[in-house]
Amino acid sequence: MIGRIHSVETFGTVDGPGIRFILFLQGCALKCQYCHNRDTWNLMGGKEMSLEDVLSEIEPYLNYYRSSGGGLTISGGEPTLQAPFVKEIFKAVKERWNLHTTLDTNGFNEVSKLEELYDLTDLVLLDIKHINNEKHQELVGVPNLRTLETARWLSDHGKKMWIRHVFVPTKNDDEEDLLELGRFIGSLNGVEKFELLPYHQMGVYKWEACGEKYPLEGVDSPTEEEIERAKRLIELGRQQTLSKLA
Amino acid sequence: MSVIEKNVSEATSPWRGFQAGKWNNHVDVRNFIEKNVNPYLNDESFLVGPTQNTKDLWDIVSQLSKEERERGGVWDVDVNTPATIVSHKPGYLDKDKEAVVGVQTDAPFRRSIQPFGGIRMMIDACEAYGFKMPQEVIDIFMNIRKTHNQGVFDAYTSDMRMARKSGIITGLPDAYGRGRIIGDYRRAALYGIDFLIKEKKQVLLDLEVDVIDEVVIRDREEISEQIRALGELKQLAAMHGFDISKPAANAREAFQWLYFAYLAAIKEQNGAAMSLGRVSSFLDIYIERDLKEGTLTEEQAQELVDHFVMKLRIVKFLRTPDYNELFSGDPTWVTESIGGMALDGTTLVTKNSFRFLHTLYNLGAAPEPNLTVLWSEKLPDAFKKYCAKASIETSSIQYENDDLMRPHFGDDYGIACCVSAMRIGKQMQFFGARANLAKCLLYAINGGIDEKLGVQVGPELPAITSDVLDYDEVMKRFKQMMQWLSKLYMNSLNVIHYMHDKYSYERIEMALHDREILRTMACGIAGLSVAADSLSAIKYAKVKPIRNEQGIAVDFEVEGDFPCYGNNDDRVDNIAIELVETFMNMIRKNKTYRNALPTQSVLTITSNVVYGKKTGTTPDGRKAGEPFAPGANPMHGRDKKGALASLNSVAKLPYEHSLDGISNTFSIVPKALGKDLEGRKANLVAMLDGYFHNNAHHLNVNVFDREQLLDAMDHPENYPQLTIRVSGYAVNFIKLTREQQLDVINRTFHGSM
Repeated sequence: MIGRIHSVETFGTVDGPGIRFILFLQGCALKCQYCHNRDTWNLMGGKEMSLEDVLSEIEPYLNYYRSSGGGLTISGGEPTLQAPFVKEIFKAVKERWNLHTTLDTNGFNEVSKLEELYDLTDLVLLDIKHINNEKHQELVGVPNLRTLETARWLSDHGKKMWIRHVFVPTKNDDEEDLLELGRFIGSLNGVEKFELLPYHQMGVYKWEACGEKYPLEGVDSPTEEEIERAKRLIELGRQQTLSKLA
Repeated sequence: MSVIEKNVSEATSPWRGFQAGKWNNHVDVRNFIEKNVNPYLNDESFLVGPTQNTKDLWDIVSQLSKEERERGGVWDVDVNTPATIVSHKPGYLDKDKEAVVGVQTDAPFRRSIQPFGGIRMMIDACEAYGFKMPQEVIDIFMNIRKTHNQGVFDAYTSDMRMARKSGIITGLPDAYGRGRIIGDYRRAALYGIDFLIKEKKQVLLDLEVDVIDEVVIRDREEISEQIRALGELKQLAAMHGFDISKPAANAREAFQWLYFAYLAAIKEQNGAAMSLGRVSSFLDIYIERDLKEGTLTEEQAQELVDHFVMKLRIVKFLRTPDYNELFSGDPTWVTESIGGMALDGTTLVTKNSFRFLHTLYNLGAAPEPNLTVLWSEKLPDAFKKYCAKASIETSSIQYENDDLMRPHFGDDYGIACCVSAMRIGKQMQFFGARANLAKCLLYAINGGIDEKLGVQVGPELPAITSDVLDYDEVMKRFKQMMQWLSKLYMNSLNVIHYMHDKYSYERIEMALHDREILRTMACGIAGLSVAADSLSAIKYAKVKPIRNEQGIAVDFEVEGDFPCYGNNDDRVDNIAIELVETFMNMIRKNKTYRNALPTQSVLTITSNVVYGKKTGTTPDGRKAGEPFAPGANPMHGRDKKGALASLNSVAKLPYEHSLDGISNTFSIVPKALGKDLEGRKANLVAMLDGYFHNNAHHLNVNVFDREQLLDAMDHPENYPQLTIRVSGYAVNFIKLTREQQLDVINRTFHGSM
């Protein structure tokens, strides 16, 4: 089986526990205005690699991943667009090396079709771009229903997940939206971590390299206060759900 | 034996309480350590902060440092007094508060003139900083007392002068002190000076042999000089009110005796690297005894370390701006080797290993002393973690692979300068700077004509005239050119070290060595990654030289992709390995001065910039004048698979063919190392364990703080792997615009993730 690869990172430390091999797959169906890797969108871009190609890229570093409690993270692009390939890789690294597997996804793909993949996934990094469906549509080009379904399914099926949320001033900083996001997270089981990722402009040069205009020109990164406020509101929302459940 | 034990246990003896051994009868510091070291396996919780005296003294140092910067880099120069061990009266920061005393001249930060390496450099250095040497002092060294530098140029051949001018060999210690010799300064503390003089006098008697030939004459003269220097060392101590003829009787004396010995060396020698050796766990033995006897507290122990380290931080040499271009930042390489394992498997990590690293907190981060952790997979976990913490918070530590070096150098070696291991007191090196392999490749293509000067420097071999470069043809010519270079290089070094021994002999440092020592002739190469990538381009892509009217290839057109060193790709990594092996084997063919053992390093220090400046465009796509990658680093921006792939490529270089060291500088932002301090520590430890497990030799670990990132904006070539990872994506710092970099700098230090 052949996959389309954007790039690899042999020393990943923030996308899952320990030191990790990060495989960035090529292709994404979303069009996030703040995307830091604009060059991963094109479904026909990247370079083709076989399962064995990928495994031989990982193998030299196994001692690092094992000794640090790390493993393999497949990211993108959107990895579930190449779900059969991802499944093969996860299966192989588990069989051969008993490696910890993490999937970094936007959850946009229909979860019912991905059960086998999630069975091979030890940890899901689920990126919720916006809790409000209309605003989600505007910010990334598609509705958020499937993402929320994915979250619910993972929760119902006892999966471990880290919820991530890129925080963009003027785009997803409404008080009610942040509270609502928190309420939703509070309703999920298996959430080991929530990470608020402040929006930044470090991927702008990649838009330029692709000959594209950067959609969020003029939007600043959040200030310390804005970040604290967002965190506080999300936590407040989460607590509201938890107290209701209790 | 009973006599010895009585001696050692006697209540007033300086050796009381120490386990006896061979070390009692003859100088054998390793044996003393083996018998008496106190391995420490626990964590850093015992450490204490600075005393008020320490703070006060550090305020003085900080103020002087500020004044020094304001005065353009040199605070003051004593232009009248050529430095010797006893040339200057004592100087103090604040006499009453200093637990360890002594500076190089009569005032801290006042630099001395040290003309024995070369008078020209002293005159130029004085002028560059607005000082003037009196004519009568200049006259002495111009007309009466010859210097090393004059000796070298008397003997240099025209080839050597030309190679030096073109920069195919650069940084040679022919106008300054060679350094890289580590005196066993511990001997002063353990034995006292009288014992050492007695042993040296015996050697002199043993050298009353039948045939007094050149070798014996030289030995006799050198040993007589050593004895004289030891006498001056005693005098130096006496000027400060100490009698160091007998062994140090407690920790404070041990620090002071040892420091006097080192001070004598740096007063007399302006060596490129004046490294300290491996003193921390040795000194720990004295501290432990005092703690046990109840005569010292932890506060006082840390104060001793802090004050000692403070002295090491203010070692000053007068050097020219040219020199600083080669070795930027006024470095002195007061390298102290910390940790490591003993041959019997016990660790040599002691509480004092922690105390030395702890100075980075008590006094703040600093480049000197050059704290070098000898890393073994078997080091105690708590120490590994503390090192990682200090690296993350101060970026002030380098790591070298003890498991790799121990089989070659035993368990009492130290690092001279950056990466050169040597048995302490038993081995020295003839420092040889480095030859420029990238330029040598261009010579191969251009038939020995220098691409910048346009004149014949190398031998007149046939230039390559084809439209597209053929790998086999280039490789064949390259090896012929390397052969020429290695010969010329070694001959130059022979001249240099002959003259250095003759005109600027390191009397006190050699007095703290054994009679029979191993000398290495430490050659080196620069531009390894440029040469390897260039050859890879020629082999795997299509490289067309663009020649000027003289027929010299001044640019290259590259069609197609080629693998670059730094991606763990054997196709090119094997080329790098082949270059290291090939050049080393060529070096080995040459006769060396004093039958030194030839070695090689892959190390540039900061001279990668100067080498780059002097080298034309290379087939790998590097433009004329652009810096090389430092040491054995992959070229910046070409390692595209992340840190581990890059580290793996470097780890493949064969240490047995590069015994003088293989340097790699690793830079990472805290956030790319993990999300919190605990995670970062664990990841860094795992990274170091894995890298050294793969037989890598050395790693500089930079975890960036604000200042370093600002520096990275001006010197991107020094920060090849600086990666910003945010929310699962990665961008390369040096690809960002200046504004973006500033943004990162703000975010990295104040941002919340």
